[in-house]
Amino acid sequence: MLESSILTLVTFIPLAGALLLMLAPRRDRDIRIFALVVTLLDFVLSLHLPAHFHRAHSGFQFELDSAWISRPNIHYHMGADGISMWLVVLTTFLTPLCVLISWRSIHERVKEFFIILLILETALIGVFVSLDLFLFYFFWEGTLIPMALLIGMYGHGRRVYAAIKFFLYTMIASVFMLAAILWLYAKVGSFDFVTIQTALRSGQVENFPAAAAWLFLGFFIAFAVKIPLFPFHTWLPDAHVEAPTAGSVLLAGVLLKMGTYGMVRFDLGLFPEQSRANTWWIAILALIGIVYGALVAMVQPNLKKLIAYSSISHLGFVVLGIFTFTQAGLDGATFVMLAHGISTGALFMLAGILYERRHTYEMSDFGGLATSMPVYAAFFLFITLASVGLPLLNGFVGEFLVLSGAFRAQPWWGILGATGVIWSACYLLWMYQRVFFGKITHEVNAGLPDLSGRERAALWPAAVIALLMGVAPLLWLNQIENSVHAILAPYATLASKVVGR
Amino acid sequence: MNQAIPQAVDYIRILPEIVLSVFGIAVMILDAGLDETRRQKLPGMLALIGALAAVAAALFQSQYPGSAFYGMVQVDSFSIFFHVLVAAVTAIVILTSYEYLATQEIRAGEYYALILFGAVGMSLMSSAVELVLIFIALEISSISTYILAGFRRRAAVSSESSVKYFLLGSFATAFFLYGVALIYGASGSTSISVIGAFLRSGQVSLLAYMAVALMFVGLGFKVAAAPFHIWTPDVYEGAPSPVVAFMSTAPKAAVFAVMLRIMFEAAAPGRVWLIWVVAALSMTLGNLGALVQDNVKRLLAYSSIAHAGYLLMAFAAMPGNGIPAAMFYTASYAAMNVGAFAVVSHLGGAGERRTSLEDYAGLSRQSPVLAATLTIFLLSLIGIPITGGFFAKFYVFSAALQANLVGLVILGVLNSAVGAYYYLRILVAMYMREARVEVPSPPISLGLGAALAITLVATIYLGVLPGRVLEYASRTAADWAR
Repeated sequence: MLESSILTLVTFIPLAGALLLMLAPRRDRDIRIFALVVTLLDFVLSLHLPAHFHRAHSGFQFELDSAWISRPNIHYHMGADGISMWLVVLTTFLTPLCVLISWRSIHERVKEFFIILLILETALIGVFVSLDLFLFYFFWEGTLIPMALLIGMYGHGRRVYAAIKFFLYTMIASVFMLAAILWLYAKVGSFDFVTIQTALRSGQVENFPAAAAWLFLGFFIAFAVKIPLFPFHTWLPDAHVEAPTAGSVLLAGVLLKMGTYGMVRFDLGLFPEQSRANTWWIAILALIGIVYGALVAMVQPNLKKLIAYSSISHLGFVVLGIFTFTQAGLDGATFVMLAHGISTGALFMLAGILYERRHTYEMSDFGGLATSMPVYAAFFLFITLASVGLPLLNGFVGEFLVLSGAFRAQPWWGILGATGVIWSACYLLWMYQRVFFGKITHEVNAGLPDLSGRERAALWPAAVIALLMGVAPLLWLNQIENSVHAILAPYATLASKVVGR
Repeated sequence: MNQAIPQAVDYIRILPEIVLSVFGIAVMILDAGLDETRRQKLPGMLALIGALAAVAAALFQSQYPGSAFYGMVQVDSFSIFFHVLVAAVTAIVILTSYEYLATQEIRAGEYYALILFGAVGMSLMSSAVELVLIFIALEISSISTYILAGFRRRAAVSSESSVKYFLLGSFATAFFLYGVALIYGASGSTSISVIGAFLRSGQVSLLAYMAVALMFVGLGFKVAAAPFHIWTPDVYEGAPSPVVAFMSTAPKAAVFAVMLRIMFEAAAPGRVWLIWVVAALSMTLGNLGALVQDNVKRLLAYSSIAHAGYLLMAFAAMPGNGIPAAMFYTASYAAMNVGAFAVVSHLGGAGERRTSLEDYAGLSRQSPVLAATLTIFLLSLIGIPITGGFFAKFYVFSAALQANLVGLVILGVLNSAVGAYYYLRILVAMYMREARVEVPSPPISLGLGAALAITLVATIYLGVLPGRVLEYASRTAADWAR
C-alpha cells in the first residue's frame, strides 16, 4: 500500500501544508514553525524511498498508475528510478534548510512566502516522479509561477525585471516541449512515458523518423534553457542576484536539475539515435559552458553572481557527462547534480547569511571576515572546497567520473573539461581569499555577529552530507548505477549496429 | 406540419424562455411597487430565482427533445447545453451585480429585468433553427445589452459605450439580415436544415457564398472577431463591469451556438478559409492590442478578441472534433471571464475609477484572497494546466491539428505565448509592485463571494476533470451527425 502511495504522499504533503497554512496560523512564528514541521515530515517520508529501493530492479519503482482523464488519455502515473529518487530526496532535504535560512530574512508577507515555498516543493518533486508526459508538463510549468513569485515578491532591487525575464525565458522554451509532447500524443495516443518509449523503440510510429530531429530539439530547448546551457544562460545571473536566499537555493539546488534530469529521462530515453547524432554540438556547448562560466565567474565582483556563473560551469559538466553515453559519465553526471545541489545550495545560504548582516553582495565590501566570524569562515571554507572538488568531498567524485567518461568518449573533451576543475579552484579560492583574508577594510565588518544557532542548524546538515557523499559515494552510486545502465541499454545496441555495418 | 395549433409540448420546448420572460416582467412590476429602500434588494433576489429557475427548466426540457412551433425551435442536447450555460452566467452576473449596483448607486429594477430579457434572446438563439427567429432572438439579446452598456448614466464613457455599441451593432445585424435574405433567395427557405440539404445537393451559387459571408459579418461582430472588433475595447471600457462580464460571455456563447448551427448543420460553403483568416486575425490583433493596454478592462477586452480567435479555430476543424471543442471552450471561457470581471467590478469602486493597471499594484497585500482568485482566472486565460483554459485551448488546437490546419495551430501557439505576457503584467502588478496610495479594499459581499466561488470551482473543475463536459459535448456532436 505504502509502496505505491509513497510518491503521492511525498509530492502532495507540502501542497496540503500550503492549503492548511492558508487557513490556519496567523502569527509569523507559528507559520515558520508549521512550515518547518511540514517540510521535515516530508523529508522523513522521502527517506522511505532510498530505504526500500530495490537495487536489482532496473525499472521504475513505487509506481502508481491510474486513469485520470479519458480524453485526452491522461494517466496519473508516478514512479521513480535511482536517478529521480535521489533528486526527490535532494528536494526534500533542501526545503527545510530553506525554511530555516528564511526565518529572519523574510519578515514581510511571511505567510504568502511559505505558502509559495511549499507549493514550489510539490511542483519540483512532481517533475521528478511523473511518468505521464502531461503530468510532467503540468508540474514543469507549475514550478514556474511560484519561483517567479519568490523572485518578484521577495527579491532585491531589480526583482521584477529578473522575475519576468525568468518567466518568459523558460515559458517560451517549454512551449516547444509542449508541441513535441502533443505530437507524440497525436501519433501514439498516450501520454504515458513507458508506452511512448515502447512504441518509439518498436519503430511503428508513423512519420517518426522524419519528425524525430524536431521532437528531440523541442525537448532539448526546454531543458537547455532550464539548465541553463550556454548560450541560453543569460536569465540565470539576474534571477540569482535578485532572488531571496531560499529562492536561490532551490533555483540552483533543484530547479536547474529539472533540465538535466529531463535530458536524461526524455531526450536520451525517447530519442537515442537523435541523441547520438546531435552529440558533437551539444558537447561543444557544454564545454563552452564549463570554460565560459568559469572565466566569467572569475571576474565577478558580486558574490552571488560568482556563484551563479559557477553553476553554469558545473552544470556544463553534467551535460557533458550525459552526452558521453558511458556508464561513468552518466553516473558522474547524476552525482554532480546531487553534489552541486548540496554545495551550491549551501554557498547560497552562506551568501544569504552575509547579506542579512550587511545588505550587500559586493566582495569589495568585505575582507578579513575570518577574524570577526570564525565559525562562518570555517563553514564557508569547507563548502568552497567541496565545490572546488577536493578529494574526499562531494564535488570530486562526480567530476572525476564525468571526466573519465569524457576521456573514454573523446579525449579532447576530457582535456578541456579538466581545465574547468582548475578554473573552479581559481575563482572559488580567490573569492574566499578576498572575502575572508587580509585586513578588515570596513569598520562595520569588525563587529559582525557570527553564526546563530538557527543558521548553524541550516548549515550543518549540508556540510555533513557533503562530507558523506565524498567519503562514501557508493551509498548513492549503487542505486544510481542500475538505472543508468537501463537508460544506456539502447545505446549499446546502437553502437553494435554501427560496428556491425 | 399537420397540427396548426401548438401543442403543450411546444411550450415545454421554450420553457426556459417563458420562465425568464415571466420573471423579467415580474421584476419590472415589483420594482414599480416598491419603496426606495427595498428597491435595491428584492428585484435582484427575484431575478436570481428566475435565472436559477431557467437552469432548472432547461434541465427539465432535456426529457422532451424535438422540434417545436413548426420546426422553428429545436430542443436537443446542444441547445440544452447553451441554455444551461446562458442561465448560469445570468445567475452569476446577478450575484455580482448586487454589490456593484449599490456602490455605483444605480437603480436596480430595470437593470435586472434587462438582464433577464437579454437572457431570453440568448437562450432562444441556441435553440432556434430558423433564420428569421434567430434574427429576432439576436435583436432581443442585442437591444438589452445596448441599454445595459449605458447603465452608468452619470459616466460619459458609459453613454459613449452604449451609443457606439448600438450604432455599430445595428449595422452588423443589418448585415446578418441581408445575408438571411440572400440565402432565402438562393435556397427558397429560411430553415437551417432545408438550407443545409440545398447546399449539400451541390448547387452552390455565388449568391450562397455571399449570403454566408454577410451572415458571418453580422455574427462575427457580435463575438468581437477581427476585423469586426473595433468596437470592443471602447464598449467594454465604458459599460458597467458586471454587464461586460455578461456580454463578453453569454451572448457570445449564444452567437457561437448559432454559428455552429449555420456552419456545420447548414454546411456553409467556403467555411474553412473564411474562418482561417478571421481566426488568425482575431488572435493576432487581439493579443497585440492587449500588449499595450494600461486599463484592465480594455486589456480584457482585447483578450476577449483573442479568445474569440482561438475559439473560431474549432469552426475550421471537422464537425466531430470541432463542435465539442467549441462547446467546451465557450463553457470554460464563460467561467474564467465572468470570474475575472467579477473581481474587476469589485475592485473598481465607486464610479469605476480604479481600473488601471496601477490600481492593481500591491493588491496581494491589501486583499490576498482576491488577488489569488484573480490569479487563477488569469492563469486559466493564459492556458496553464489544471485550469479550464488549458483544456479549452488543448481541444481546439488538437481539433485543428486533426483537420491538418498546422499553420493556424502554430499561429495559435505563438499567440498564446504572447498572451501570457500581458496577463502576466496584471500578476506582476498585483504581487510584485507596491501600491502608491493605500486604498482600503471594500469587504467582499456575500453575493460576490458566491459568484467568485462558483466561477473558481468551475474553472478548476474543467481543468482537473474535463471528461464529463467534453463527453457531453461529444455526444451532442455525434447526435448531429446522425
